[in-house]
Amino acid sequence: MAIVSIFVLSVFVGFEVVSKVSSTLHTPLMSGANAIHGVILVGAIIVADHSTTNLELGLSVAAIVLATINMVGGFVVTDRMLEMFKGNKK
Amino acid sequence: MSRTVYDLIGLAAGIAFILALKGLSHPKTARRGNLIGAFGASLATLVVFFYSNEGSSLPLNNLGWILGAIAVGLIIGVPAARKVQMTQMPQLVALFNGVGGGAAALVAIVEYLNLGDKATTAVVVFTVFTVIVGCVSFSGSIITFMKLQELMTTRPVIFPAGRFIIAATLVSVIGVGGWVVNSLGTTPLLILAGLSLLFGVLFVLPVGGADVPIVISLLNAFTGLTVAASGYVLDSTLLIIAGTLVGASGTILTRLMAEAMGRSLFGTLFGAFTAKPQDVAAAGEERPVRSGSPDDVAILLNYARRVVIVPGFGLAVAQAQHTVRELADLMISKGIDVAYGIHPVAGRMPGHMNVLLAEANVPYDQLAEMDEVNPTFGQTDVAIVIGANDVVNPAAQTTPGCPIYGMPILEVNNAANIIFLKRSMRPGFAGIENELLYDPKTMLLFGDAKASLTKVVSALKAL
Repeated sequence: MAIVSIFVLSVFVGFEVVSKVSSTLHTPLMSGANAIHGVILVGAIIVADHSTTNLELGLSVAAIVLATINMVGGFVVTDRMLEMFKGNKK
Repeated sequence: MSRTVYDLIGLAAGIAFILALKGLSHPKTARRGNLIGAFGASLATLVVFFYSNEGSSLPLNNLGWILGAIAVGLIIGVPAARKVQMTQMPQLVALFNGVGGGAAALVAIVEYLNLGDKATTAVVVFTVFTVIVGCVSFSGSIITFMKLQELMTTRPVIFPAGRFIIAATLVSVIGVGGWVVNSLGTTPLLILAGLSLLFGVLFVLPVGGADVPIVISLLNAFTGLTVAASGYVLDSTLLIIAGTLVGASGTILTRLMAEAMGRSLFGTLFGAFTAKPQDVAAAGEERPVRSGSPDDVAILLNYARRVVIVPGFGLAVAQAQHTVRELADLMISKGIDVAYGIHPVAGRMPGHMNVLLAEANVPYDQLAEMDEVNPTFGQTDVAIVIGANDVVNPAAQTTPGCPIYGMPILEVNNAANIIFLKRSMRPGFAGIENELLYDPKTMLLFGDAKASLTKVVSALKAL
C-alpha cells in the first residue's frame, strides 16, 4: 500500500510542477526529465551486484553503459541548451 | 550504511528531482534546476555503492565490471552531449531517451533471470510491463532518431495493411506477456522483448516528420514509467519516485506540446491509420515561381518600414544565425522596424529556434512569439522566411486532411511582400507542398541561406 501511495502522490507532484510551461522551455524540460530517468543507473548497478551468471552480468553491464549515457549525457546536453538562454539576457 | 540512512538519502534525491522539474519550468531557474537534478542523480548513484551487501562491509559484487561500465558510458555520453551541434540536439535527446528505455528493459530482464521461480506474480507483471514499454521506447526512439537525422524518410511510412499488422503485433505482445506471467519461462520473455522492439518500430514509422517531437516526448514519459516499474521490482523507492515524476510530467509536457502545435495527441499517434495519400504533394508539375536576386531583395528591404524575419531549421543548418543578425542590425540602423517571428515549433522541437538564435546572441526583445507577431503581419511590408516552410504554410488553415492541418502558423501570407530564402523547391520536413511559393507577392531567393544573406547584406550596405 505504501508503494501505491508513493506512486499516486508522485503522479500528482509530476502533474503540478510542469502544468504551465512556456513553449520556449519545452525542449530543455523534456531533455532534463529525460536525464532524470537516467537514474535507472541505480537499478542497473543493483542488478549487476545480484548477477550470478555470465549472461546476467553481461546484460547488466550493458544496462549500466546505456543508463550512464542517458543520465550524464542528458544533464550535460540540457545544461548546454540552458547556458545559451542565460547568455541572451545581457 | 543502514537501510534507514540509505532510504533518507534516496528521499533527498527524490526531492532534488522535484525541485529540478520545478526549476526547469521557469526561464530564470531552469539552469539551476537542471544542476539540482544532476546533483540528485549523482547522489543516488554514489550512495548505492555503500548500501548493497547490507550488514557486511564488503563492496558490491562485480565492482570492477560496474565501474568499468560506468566509465564506458561516460566516455560515450559526455563527448556526444558536448560536441553535438545545436541543430542536431533533438535527435540526441531522442537517442538518450531510447538508451534509457533499453537500460530499464535490461534491468528488468536480469532481475527476472536472477529471481527465477522466487518471483512473485506482481513482480513478474511489473517485469513484463517494463520489458514491453522499455523495448518500445528503445526501438521507437531509434526510429525517431533516424527520421530527425534524415537517415530515412521523414514522411509517414504507411504500408499496405499497416493498420492490421500493428494491431496484430500489439495483440501478440499482450498475449506473450500473459504467457510470461503464467509460465515464468526465459524463452517467452525473450520473445516478448523481440515483439516489443518490433512494435516500437511499427508504432513510430507512420508518424509524420512534424509530429516527431511529440512522439519523443511521449516515449520519454514511457521510459519514466518503466523506471518506476523497475523500482517496484527492485524495491527501490527512489526509482519509483523518479520514474513516476518523469512519467507524469512527461505526459503533461506531451499534451502541452501537442497543444502548441495545434495537434490532438490521438490524431498524432493514430493519424497514420486514417491518412490518405497526399494529393497536394502529388501535384508535382512545373509551376511558375518568381525568383529574385540579392539586389532585388535589398531594394525591397531598403524601402520597407517594417520587416519580420521568420527563421526556420534551414537557417540553422546553414549556420546563418550570425549573418541574419547582421542583416537585422543593418536594417535597424536604417530605421526599419525589425522583429523575429518565432513559431513555437520552429526548428525541430518546441523552443529549439530560441536556443539556436540565443547561440547567435540575438537580443531577446526582438524575438516575438507567434500570437504576438501574427496580428502585425497586416502592417508588415516584407516577411523574410529563411529556411522555414511548414510553419508558414497556409495549407494548415485551408486544406483539411493535409498532415499539418490545424497547426497554428505564422500568417506571413498577410504581409505585403514575402521573400523565401530556400535551397531548392524541396518541401519542408512534413513533406507538403507550400502554395505560398507560387503566390504573386512572393519572391524566391535560391541558394545557401548564409551565402544569400551575405550578398543581401552587402547589397543593402551599398544602397
